[in-house]
Amino acid sequence: MELPVINNTASEATKSGCSASSCGSTNDQMGHLPEHIREKVFNHPCYSEEAHHYFARMHVAVAPACNIQCHYCNRKYDCANESRPGVVSELHHPEQAVKKVLAVAATIPQMTVLGIAGPGDPLANPERTFATFRSLAEQAPDIKLCVSTNGLSLPDHIDELAKHNIDHVTITINCVDPDVGAKIYPWIFWKNKRIKGREGAAILIEQQQKGLEMLVARGILVKVNSVMIPGVNDAHLAEVSRTVKAKGAFLHNVMPLISEAEHGTFYGMTGQRGPTHDELQKLQDECSGDMNMMRHCRQCRADAVGLLGEDRGSEFTMDKIEAMDINYPEAMKMRAEVHAAIAEELESKRVAKEAKVQLVSIEGIKAKPETRPVLMAIATKGGGVINEHFGHASEFLIYEASSAGVRFIGHRKTVAYCEGGDTCGDGESALDKSLKVLAGCEVVLCSKIGFEPWGPLEAAGIQPNGEHAMEAIEDAILAVYEEMRVAGRLEAKLDEQQKAA
Amino acid sequence: MALEIIESCVNCWACEPLCPNQAIYEAKPHFLINPDKCNECAGDFADSQCATICPIEGAILNADGEALNPPGSLTGIPPEKFAELQAAQQAARHGA
Ligand code: SF4
Ligand code: SF4
Repeated sequence: MELPVINNTASEATKSGCSASSCGSTNDQMGHLPEHIREKVFNHPCYSEEAHHYFARMHVAVAPACNIQCHYCNRKYDCANESRPGVVSELHHPEQAVKKVLAVAATIPQMTVLGIAGPGDPLANPERTFATFRSLAEQAPDIKLCVSTNGLSLPDHIDELAKHNIDHVTITINCVDPDVGAKIYPWIFWKNKRIKGREGAAILIEQQQKGLEMLVARGILVKVNSVMIPGVNDAHLAEVSRTVKAKGAFLHNVMPLISEAEHGTFYGMTGQRGPTHDELQKLQDECSGDMNMMRHCRQCRADAVGLLGEDRGSEFTMDKIEAMDINYPEAMKMRAEVHAAIAEELESKRVAKEAKVQLVSIEGIKAKPETRPVLMAIATKGGGVINEHFGHASEFLIYEASSAGVRFIGHRKTVAYCEGGDTCGDGESALDKSLKVLAGCEVVLCSKIGFEPWGPLEAAGIQPNGEHAMEAIEDAILAVYEEMRVAGRLEAKLDEQQKAA
Repeated sequence: MALEIIESCVNCWACEPLCPNQAIYEAKPHFLINPDKCNECAGDFADSQCATICPIEGAILNADGEALNPPGSLTGIPPEKFAELQAAQQAARHGA
C-alpha cells in the first residue's frame, strides 16, 4: 500500500493553492488520506482532532506482563510515556473489563473506541487481551477496538488481531538502529532468555518492522508512536518517520519524553531530560515533510474514561458497575442515534468550512505580505470554540498563525502528569506552571481571565485576550493575527519584552 | 532447590504462565512459588524462567536467599542512586 505524502508545511499549503485557515490542521490532513482510511479514522478520538471533540475513547488495564524493559519505564508506577497505568493500579480480569466497557458505552454514547495498552504489553498477555477483544467484538460490535504494543511479539499475533474488530494498532517504535536501541532498551525477554543491550534491541527492531509490514499487508491501520529522547534518538526520529511511512504506517506520533527523578526510571535517575516544547515542535515539523504527524495526542492515561481531557473513571469503579443492569442491545440503538447526530453535525461543519476555505483563498490571492509566524494558546473545553476560563484550563491548545493560515501544533498541559501524591513537587503555583507551558506563545485566548494573571502574562510577553469568547478557534486566531499585522507587530522577529522574558 | 518470590514483587503476572511446573500462583499481597513444585526449571530451561522475565530487581531469591537479579542488573540504575531516591521518598512521606 502506498501512502500519499501528507504535508502540512506552509510552502506546500501555498503551492496547492490553499491558504485557508484549516490548512494543515489535522482534519485537513485527513482529507488527503485515501477514503477507506479516512472512514476508519474519522470518528476516532485519538486520530482526528475534530473527532476528539465529539467522541471518546477508553482503555482497560487487562495486560499486566511485559516482555521488554524501557529506560523511561518503572514497572512499579504509572508510565507517563506509554500512557499506561502502573501494575499497581486497578487491574481487570477480562470479564470485568468487558462489563466495564459495556457500562461505560451504555452511559457515554460518545465512547466509540476501546483500547488495550497495558499496564504491560497487551501482546505479552495474549490470552487476557484476546479474551477481552473476542467478547467485545461479539457483544458490542459498534465499538472499535485498538491495541498498543512494543511490537516484540506482534508477528505472532497478526492472525488473531485480524479476526476481531481491530482496525487500529499502535506500535511504539523509538528507533530503527540497534545502536540507538541499546541506549533505550536494557533488555528483552526472547525465546526463554533475557537478552541485553544491542543484541536485544536488534531483535526488537526486527520484530517491530516485520509486524508493521504484516499488519499493513492485512489492511490493518498502523500508527507509530515514538518517544523523543534528546541526545538519544532525537536526531534519529526523522529516519524512523521515513522508514515507517515507507512501510505503510498512516500516522506518526512523536511524544516528548517525560522524565523525573521521582519516577525512579533509568532516565529519571540519570538526569536524562525531556525535550522542550520548541524542540518537539521542530522535530514534528521536520518529520511532517515525510509523514502525517499527529499533534493532538494528550498522552492520556491508559485507564482514563471520557471525552477530551476529562476523566469520569470514578463513576465506573468495579462495585458501581456490578450494581448496574446493562441492556446493551437497547443501548446500542440509543448509541446509533447519537452517532448519527454527531456525524450530521460534523458534516455540516465540514461543508461550512469548505465554503469558508474558498472565500479565504480568494482573499488570500490579494497577496498580503509575508508575515512571521506567531504561536497562540487557546483555552477550550472542546467543540472547536474558545470557551474556557484561563484559570480553569488544565491544558491549552497551541496553534501557529502565519501568512499561510492557521495550523494546529499541539496540546500543552498545565497540570503535571502525577496527580498529587507524595511524588509530586508542589513548589510551583498553578500560574507559574501555566506561564511555563505557554513559553513561546505571544497570545493566549480564553473566554475570561482574572486580574491576577494578567500582569505576569504580559511581563512574559504573552498577551491575554478574552475578547473572542465563544468564537470558533481558527476564526479568532485569524482575527487576532490580522490585528497584529495591522499594528505592525508581525515584521519584527521578537519584541524587546519577549527577549527579556 | 526452589526459588522464592518476596515482597518487592509488583504482581505483574509475567512469570506465572512461564513456569514449566505450575509452581507460581497468585496470592496476596504478592505472587508466591510453591517450593515443592519448583525445581528451578531443571530439565526444561537453562535459565529459571521466572527470574528471567521478572522486571523487578531483588524480587526473586535463590535457595541461598540471594537475589537472582541484583540491584542495577536490570535497570542499569546504580544501586546507590536508587537507595537515595527511596530514602528521599520515605522522608517525604513521613514529613507529610
Ligand atoms: S524457577 Fe522455574 S520452576 Fe521454579 S518457579 Fe521459577 S519458573 Fe517455576
Ligand atoms: S515477574 Fe516478578 S514482579 Fe512480576 S509477578 Fe512475577 S515475581 Fe512478581
